[in-house]
Amino acid sequence: MSTDTQTKLPRLELVGITKAYPSVIANQDVNLVVRPGEIHAVLGENGAGKSTLMKIIYGVTKPDSGSVLWDNREVHIESPAQARKIGIGMVFQHFSLFETLTVAENISLALDSAIAPHELVQRIEEVSQQYGLPIDPHRLIHSMSVGERQRVEIVRCLLNNPRLLIMDEPTSVLTPQAVLKLFETLRRLAAEGCSILYISHKLDEIQALCDKATILRGGRVTGTAIPSQETRESLAQMMIGRSLPECQMAPKMPAETRLRVHQLNLSTIDPFGTTLKNINLDVRSGEVVGIAGISGNGQKELMAALSGEQPMPKGTTTQICGVWADRLSPGQRRDLGLRFVPEERLGRGAVPSMSLRLNALLTTGAGDGLVNYGLISYAHVRSFARDVIEKFNVKCGGDEALASSLSGGNLQKFIVGREISLQPKVMIVAQPTWGVDVGAAQIIRQALIELRNQGVAVLVVSEELEELFMICDRIAVIAEGRLSPAIPASETSVEKIGLWMSGAFVEAKVEEVQHA
Amino acid sequence: MPRLERRAQPSRVMMFASPLIAAVLMLMTGYILFSIMGKEPLHAFWVFFIKPLTTTYGIGEWLLKSTPLILCGIGLAIGFRARVFNIGAEGQFTMGAIAAGGVALYFYNTDAVWILPLMMLAGVLGGMAWAAIPAFLRTRFNTNEILVTLMLVYVAQLFLGYLVQGPWRDPEGFNFPQSRMFTDSETMPVLVEGLRVNWAFIVALVLVAVSWFFSFKMFAGFRMEVSGQAPDAARYAGFSEKRNVWFALLISGGLAGFAGMAEVAGPIGQLQPIISPGYGFAAIIVAYVGRLHPLGVLLASLLLSLLYLGGETAQMDLNLPSAITGLFQGILLFYLLAADIFIHYRLKPSPSDSRTTITSPPEPEGDIT
Repeated sequence: MSTDTQTKLPRLELVGITKAYPSVIANQDVNLVVRPGEIHAVLGENGAGKSTLMKIIYGVTKPDSGSVLWDNREVHIESPAQARKIGIGMVFQHFSLFETLTVAENISLALDSAIAPHELVQRIEEVSQQYGLPIDPHRLIHSMSVGERQRVEIVRCLLNNPRLLIMDEPTSVLTPQAVLKLFETLRRLAAEGCSILYISHKLDEIQALCDKATILRGGRVTGTAIPSQETRESLAQMMIGRSLPECQMAPKMPAETRLRVHQLNLSTIDPFGTTLKNINLDVRSGEVVGIAGISGNGQKELMAALSGEQPMPKGTTTQICGVWADRLSPGQRRDLGLRFVPEERLGRGAVPSMSLRLNALLTTGAGDGLVNYGLISYAHVRSFARDVIEKFNVKCGGDEALASSLSGGNLQKFIVGREISLQPKVMIVAQPTWGVDVGAAQIIRQALIELRNQGVAVLVVSEELEELFMICDRIAVIAEGRLSPAIPASETSVEKIGLWMSGAFVEAKVEEVQHA
Repeated sequence: MPRLERRAQPSRVMMFASPLIAAVLMLMTGYILFSIMGKEPLHAFWVFFIKPLTTTYGIGEWLLKSTPLILCGIGLAIGFRARVFNIGAEGQFTMGAIAAGGVALYFYNTDAVWILPLMMLAGVLGGMAWAAIPAFLRTRFNTNEILVTLMLVYVAQLFLGYLVQGPWRDPEGFNFPQSRMFTDSETMPVLVEGLRVNWAFIVALVLVAVSWFFSFKMFAGFRMEVSGQAPDAARYAGFSEKRNVWFALLISGGLAGFAGMAEVAGPIGQLQPIISPGYGFAAIIVAYVGRLHPLGVLLASLLLSLLYLGGETAQMDLNLPSAITGLFQGILLFYLLAADIFIHYRLKPSPSDSRTTITSPPEPEGDIT
């Protein structure tokens, strides 16, 4: 396909797009050409300017300079409605669906022209069959999985008969099996002549799917490529400016159990939350246990219960380093040596409006010397914050910089660094490298492995299977509030874990318990 | 058209300049106002802001009226920093006065040195008790403390009215709705003979220092600040939200109660149906004009106190209505809130380059991640 698309006139062309924000230049002189029927990857790390570029195409943001050509004619796209009108559709990374409404109701809300309800239902069914996107128009959104919700978003776009479909990090919420299905749909669309802009930082996906790739780094285009003719290394080179780093992990025998949870049942008052069902989990000194799963399957609730933010119900037995911890608060658990890095960095892991120095004080515990007799020891806090910044290579304007002024990756390095530096015995990390650039991700992963080597019990929750296989000794899967047994990473595979992510382990459980 | 653009970081300069800008704009508006009313503006300013301070007695009054504002203001500022919005300091002030007055009336025939300290204690506890109601309702039933504290103001005032017109009315007071006058051992000693300003002012100054120490040196102050600025981070760090709400309300309630005690055991000397020209409400303005900082609260209290005094002299010298004080307070708060927007935003001039083809309304600023 790539050969004959070369001959056609471009459907979309960006010339010299520049967009600056008060603190950063998001796009600088970006050129991009997408031809009809082409699946075009926009590859780049977080913060490389991909999202800004897509927002410009979709009319959410206006460029400072440069022009957008659509079918070879210059256009000024003033709004998403106008973008949809000329045939541009976009599926956002974070869905915009009303959970209490049905599929059909949600879609009718987003349509620019009114269609009679029964006709709309019929068209939804047609489109969903035609492209292999099975959805029931009458279902309520809150009862649907993330993968199903994404189908609703795609169908919603397809109803407008787009000639260019923008997909922003579409696979970050899907199981490996669901990713393959999505790819089939996208290939079918492309074969019918629809162009697709596919935004991702996952190299293997881009190689499997895309005809062409434009690579962004720091807001500039660093190259264009035909992904199938490149290697992972050469793509990474263009994306991050150097080759992909590797994790070093030597085998190690785990010792005593440091974190033990038995029969954790936790119902949630949040109507869209997940009820935890009979969770059993052991994490031993000197091992990394990973929890895989698609977000929204109980990770959030499990983390809040382990950290102590959500009080545990009666009947659970939780031990931290051998001490009963069911009723302990987050602070008391910290004093036992349990350290936790939450998924949300700004607002939970750090106070946005406070300096890094004060944020270093946030999770102070007994015996760290930052607080004496209720008084803050600013000298210690300052040197502690500076140590963390230096050791974890946090790029910031010093220890007085506000947490909100840091990029997501640098703030994550700071938070992970803060928790690691306070000598944990048990370390729990949620989405350690979510939104973090490849280089920083490597620093964080290696730091977790080093903790394990020092005998810390490490628990990692991640949606990135690749990452879990890189750093985990054992992997468990969470699905619909149930946790599978943790099995040695060397004895399982991405395919099997992927299957479990859809809940298939419940049947396989008996066999696996003996296995583990 | 220039438009507002979000700053990358809140501006510290604007943070401190904003109250000054608001004060200057208040004066400019006052200038126009005085002109419209046919008063010579500069003379009116002199009467309003300078004349009250030209006598020793005037300065005494200035400090006297700033005392309840400082006391209520530092308490409210501690709460506001933790996002606990107690706007009913006026009610806690009243309950503090009632509790202290009750002690004074109960020991009317007793002359002892311990009565005044007991009245202080009663005043603090009275204010705390009144603030404990919204604290309980918020932590137990998640009610909104803004509404509850405000509504309780009127309950407290009506309760005071009932007491001075009923059971606590002065038996020798010709049926006037007021209590007996407190005895000497039941009133705050004055600082300087001949002036009305009393030791409560010194206590207020000490409490400014204590509140500064609490907010910036103690971990408990840090905890409250985190709770206010990022509730999720506070939960993650294990700072109890309930404790935060209770502490903020009890501190601000207790200080307001003490202020109420100092007022009835000071310049007023008895319980009356009305014991405050709105100190508890003015303290909200004080807290924000003072940037929720103890020293700022001190300065803002002196300014607002001057507005009270100036309002009085303006009534006498210029025949202006008493509403002039409230008017200036309102104007000040209005401009402060308006100027505060520039802490987080700045004006961006309209693009004047050649790309005039794009003429659209301001777009929502997307964030870049």
